[in-house]
Amino acid sequence: MRWSTAKRTIKLGIKSLWMHRLRSALTTLGIVFGVASVIAMLAIGEGASQEAQDLIARLGSRNLIVETVEPPEERAGTSETERQMRSYGLTYKDAESIRNSLPDVEVVVPIREIDQEARYSNRKVAIKIVGTIPWYTEVSPIDVVRGRFLSSIDLHQQQSVCVVDEQLVNGLFGFDDPIGKDIRIRGNSFRVVGVAGMPPVGGKRGSNGGAAPAGRADTGATGSVYLPLSTAKSRFTELTASFSGGSQSIERVQLQKITVKVKSTEQVLPMRDILDTLLARLHKDKKDYRIVVPLELLYQAKRTQRIFSIVLGSIAAISLLVGGIGIMNIMLATVSERTREIGIRRALGARKRDIIMQFLSETILLTFAGGVLGIILGSLIPFFVEYFGHMPTVITPVSLILAFGISAAVGITFGLYPAYRAANMDPIESLRHE
Amino acid sequence: MAIVAIESLCKVYQLGTLELRVLRDLDLSIEQGEYVAIMGPSGSGKSTLLNVIGCLDRPTSGRYRLGGQDVSLLDDDQLSLIRGARIGFVFQSFNLIEQLNVIENIEVPMYYQGLSEGQSAERAKELAEMVGLGDRIAHRPSELSGGQQQRVAIARALANDPLIILADEPTGNLDSESGTEILRILIDLRKQGKTLIVVTHDEGIAANAGRVVELFDGRIKRQHYNRDRER
Repeated sequence: MRWSTAKRTIKLGIKSLWMHRLRSALTTLGIVFGVASVIAMLAIGEGASQEAQDLIARLGSRNLIVETVEPPEERAGTSETERQMRSYGLTYKDAESIRNSLPDVEVVVPIREIDQEARYSNRKVAIKIVGTIPWYTEVSPIDVVRGRFLSSIDLHQQQSVCVVDEQLVNGLFGFDDPIGKDIRIRGNSFRVVGVAGMPPVGGKRGSNGGAAPAGRADTGATGSVYLPLSTAKSRFTELTASFSGGSQSIERVQLQKITVKVKSTEQVLPMRDILDTLLARLHKDKKDYRIVVPLELLYQAKRTQRIFSIVLGSIAAISLLVGGIGIMNIMLATVSERTREIGIRRALGARKRDIIMQFLSETILLTFAGGVLGIILGSLIPFFVEYFGHMPTVITPVSLILAFGISAAVGITFGLYPAYRAANMDPIESLRHE
Repeated sequence: MAIVAIESLCKVYQLGTLELRVLRDLDLSIEQGEYVAIMGPSGSGKSTLLNVIGCLDRPTSGRYRLGGQDVSLLDDDQLSLIRGARIGFVFQSFNLIEQLNVIENIEVPMYYQGLSEGQSAERAKELAEMVGLGDRIAHRPSELSGGQQQRVAIARALANDPLIILADEPTGNLDSESGTEILRILIDLRKQGKTLIVVTHDEGIAANAGRVVELFDGRIKRQHYNRDRER
């Protein structure tokens, strides 16, 4: 019985709104844009938040990454020297000092990266050698999917073993089982003891995460080979030669990265300053390193997201407010236009609350329609943002429900006053109204 | 028992400091099945009396009992329900709702009494046929002539089988031919035993009424029963 009454009220509302199609359509536009911007805002915010979470998952929230950078000041001015050797960057001694002199450090992982070629049977692919220690797994999100990772024994005895990543397995081994096979790199054989996989992450920075040392271009490695650091040190030279403008320069770099993991996230930022002080002393103020703090990137992402939310939130709130006022304006006009109808209905037995329900349901129908259209439009906007703005977006069901709730709330808020005005008109006056 | 029992009814409008006494100490009693024409010059209080009888307006003082129930003390919601259930209105300017068709217009009073859609649609169809509009049930008011619109309005007034039918100048906006037609329907209703109260300037309607009440300056100036009342 109650439901059939509601159904008839809705039917009547649709009929009245349909009488003024254009007016009704224009009135809903405000709500459409308001709801659409709420959904777009939440989708963009959610996308940014997930991207930040991906980033933190990849780099580790308790990590500080010290990277070797090529010091800028030297290259010019010494060009008359045809052959020169430059030695810069992080050293084994740096790693040792960090481990020995700083408290609160959980692990210190030195990383040496070398671009090379690997061969297996008659195949050959470009690879990146990552020389490191067994605790690498503590600071990197890699998973050993088969076999094992490098061990302390491998490190101490400079074993010729390696762990390869899945990308390389695909490129080099095809359908062969890589475990126990030997791959050849620059005349040395390394036995594969494990296969490492990367957890899926968004973006294309998955495999080398900005890890290529400065001055050396990304060689387009099709995979990584993890070697014990000691093995990498003894088998491969620290010197690299490069030719530029007819002059040859030789560079000597010991480590490309040192990743430091502290015991808790609160220690990350203080540790950054401590690290900086220590390294400045060790490097005699030569700026051939930089410290990357993933946690800071996260904070930055969160700050950006908050600004985004505030800006878009204000736009959404303003357009909903303007939309609501527009609806109220039209409903007030409708009420005064239909004064006579109200008088007739009152004479024929309508109570005040019947009149309120009639006009309120019309307003809610308008905002409801606006809400639905807004959700459709608002679900399309993130696609454009993703396509043209290259920003990740995520539409959550919660945001749809929220947007819908907001449009209903706007309908009720801005519909009540016109409905009350309608209900409180004097029936006799209304009947006389022309 | 009188269906309409009015005792020393006063209605005073306050216009700023000016007190406008529209009805003064009026007594009126109307029996079941009567056909009463209320006449009088403009400003004599006819419309106000009709509004009070129709429960659209409340008396300033005095007592009004409709079908034995004292309605002077009821609140707005209760008056609304009484209007819908016990009174059928017929207006000079028809007052149909333009976005509704014939059937839906007739259904309006039943809707507010809480009848189901099926019941009210069936009854509305019967009533439309009764006033000779069975073939136009899906038409909008704008697609009907004045006479046809007034017939829809009469059908609507009958929807809830009211105690009394109040008509305010029902032929005032009609040509004489349509007017005659409406008059005939009113006479038919009276023959079926309905109680009719008609405010009119039309001598023709007055001549058909069982009783003519003449108002002047808020009082009943005189009233008489037509001889051919039992016609």
